[in-house]
Amino acid sequence: MSFNIVVLAKQVPDTRNVGKDAMKADGTVNRAALPAIYNPEDLNALEQALRLKSKIEGATVHVLTMGPARAAEIIRESMYRGADGGYLLSGREFAGSDTLATSYALACAIRKMGKVDLIVCGRQAIDGDTAQVGPQVAEKLGMPQITYAEEILDLSDNKITVKRRLERGVEVVRGPLPMVITVNGSAPECRPRHAKLTMKFKRAATPTEKQEAGNDYSDFYDLRPYLNISEWGVSDIEHEIQWLGLSGSPTKVKQIENVVFTAKESKRLTAADVEVEDLIKELIANHTIG
Amino acid sequence: MNNIFVYLEIEDGIVGDVSLELLTKGRSLAKQLNCKLEAVAAGHKLDGIGAQVFPYGVDILHLADDKRLAPYTSLPHTSLLVNLFKEEKPQICLMGATSIGRDLGPRVSSALFSGLTADCTSLEIGTYEDKKAGKVYDNLLYQIRPAFGGNIVATIVNPDCRPQMATVREGVMKKEIKDAKFVGKTRKLEVAKYVEDTDFVVEVIERHMEKSKLNIKGSPIIVAGGYGVGSADNFQLLHELAATLGGEVGASRAAVDAGFSEHERQIGQTGTTVRPKLYIACGISGQIQHIAGMQESAMIIAINSDPKAPINQIADYVITGTVEEVLPKMIKYYKKNSK
Ligand SMILES: Cc1cc2nc3c(=O)[nH]c(=O)nc-3n(C[C@H](O)[C@H](O)[C@H](O)COP(=O)(O)OP(=O)(O)OC[C@H]3O[C@@H](n4cnc5c(N)ncnc54)[C@H](O)[C@@H]3O)c2cc1C
Ligand SMILES: Nc1ncnc2c1ncn2[C@@H]1O[C@H](COP(=O)(O)O)[C@@H](O)[C@H]1O
Repeated sequence: MSFNIVVLAKQVPDTRNVGKDAMKADGTVNRAALPAIYNPEDLNALEQALRLKSKIEGATVHVLTMGPARAAEIIRESMYRGADGGYLLSGREFAGSDTLATSYALACAIRKMGKVDLIVCGRQAIDGDTAQVGPQVAEKLGMPQITYAEEILDLSDNKITVKRRLERGVEVVRGPLPMVITVNGSAPECRPRHAKLTMKFKRAATPTEKQEAGNDYSDFYDLRPYLNISEWGVSDIEHEIQWLGLSGSPTKVKQIENVVFTAKESKRLTAADVEVEDLIKELIANHTIG
Repeated sequence: MNNIFVYLEIEDGIVGDVSLELLTKGRSLAKQLNCKLEAVAAGHKLDGIGAQVFPYGVDILHLADDKRLAPYTSLPHTSLLVNLFKEEKPQICLMGATSIGRDLGPRVSSALFSGLTADCTSLEIGTYEDKKAGKVYDNLLYQIRPAFGGNIVATIVNPDCRPQMATVREGVMKKEIKDAKFVGKTRKLEVAKYVEDTDFVVEVIERHMEKSKLNIKGSPIIVAGGYGVGSADNFQLLHELAATLGGEVGASRAAVDAGFSEHERQIGQTGTTVRPKLYIACGISGQIQHIAGMQESAMIIAINSDPKAPINQIADYVITGTVEEVLPKMIKYYKKNSK
């Protein structure tokens, strides 16, 4: 029996290490100055998917990502860790998407894949920290959802049991397949690249990448179909154009500002006994403390 | 019609602080927009909810009382809001940026095709000009939030789609009773009209919720420590000072990551937002993500060995020195001078 798992993963700028040159003079972000990485919680999601794959006879794991051509990198990265393959959804029609337009496009692509039993995503992407795409994809596909998943405890009788990590506690919930799960950063880390798989999939490529490489490798790829990463554009998915990209995005950015804090006139003290004691006396006198 | 709706988070019959804070904000937005403030309570045994929320100025309270609606699960609460909103056509919907609000909000926004902005730090009303379409919109909700790891602040608007939806973390807005005697209208919803039996597909098998023992947000004095405190042992000094002054201990993310303090104590953009009477920042450099959560403190004292630490810019008092040296002196002189 087949069991098809789709992992939604995004390539994001590494906002955790924003250096000085990452901001342009006009207050916008210089994306080029930030390294592109695999969104951290999507790796946690991939790990959950790979664990299921090793438990379920005939299970497959495919990664779906929407992004520019270079986002194919994270599909390869997934294959090095055990994924069977992936799909890159790419094209200028998708540009300017907010979370709603993104989830619409992803949902259309998932529909095209045929039978999907489980969709696993990260809780949130670090470029926006919105945590919206998972639930929005679920709604678009009419599937139930389990967010903040930390561990998949069981999968039997077409039902999945999941431990959720919430702000103030833990929950164990069970629901029917197909299902969308979003995985927390507190879930187990993703396994490292596997040396043999890295060798095997090193040359996996999308049609665009093959073309860019220039050489005619078609024989090479014909003989090794597992190296073909699918690339879908807008014409490959069934969609209504107004729900994609900018027109499918109800939220608009009105303004972007650099964060500036108004500096205060501060009193400067040293650690000398008298200075500390005087400060304490002053705070007691004006009822700040005591 | 076209009112402001706040979704209430309820645990054991108690409305969460985050919802009361949103009601306070909702009340002032409603006044500005000259519309009503409405609240939605979905759960079981909701008799006590009215008394908790009316003092915040709720004009209409919608009650969806059904055993199956508690504890929270995604689909039934989604259906309830989606169908209610189709009838009521709110202009604004606010939810807590909590594990419930962030599960529910996107689902509702997806079903209604209305924009949602997560984790707002400020909400205002203003105009928006769409230059391309040559259109000007009045009275839109400005949804203001940090983006790109807190390095920029973005103002987001939803010009055309309703409701304009936003989530806000606990502690970001102030909670303030408007009129202790005010009583609005209660409207009991016939749950079966809004929620299908087939929505109850996910069952909660086990549930362990802890009531937070800490009350950092409510503490008038906070002694917060950063990576510069150096160790979990040194953090004891902060606990001692906090106990002496009658305050709580907070921490920067670097201090939490280093294991000096508990995650619950983290202050900042991804932690708690606080606005105490006195904030003593010990060995904290003052990165924007930390400052975002404490800049509204009435008085800030920075203790840092580096005279050029960024935190000094927003501090009222800067003590240049080490935590190990300064804190014992503060404890000593407080004990000596207080009666
Ligand atoms: C998306 C995102 C969200 C974030 N959210 C948060 C958040 O919610 N809260 C938060 O705090 N951070 C947050 N951060 C992290 C933030 O950017 C900083 O890394 C963090 O606040 C630094 O903590 P710190 O000041 O304790 O450590 P450091 O920056 O390492 O500063 C230590 C300070 O201690 C001083 N010092 C050293 N020794 C001593 C001594 N003996 N006595 C006195 N002073 C001494 C040093 O001069 C220095 O100024 C976030 C980052 C990102 C990217
Ligand atoms: N462009 C994308 N392609 C694939 N998956 C995505 C994309 N954007 C978001 N996701 C998935 O949705 C999750 C939440 O994203 P966000 O709502 O942006 O915080 C991510 O962790 C991914 O799993």
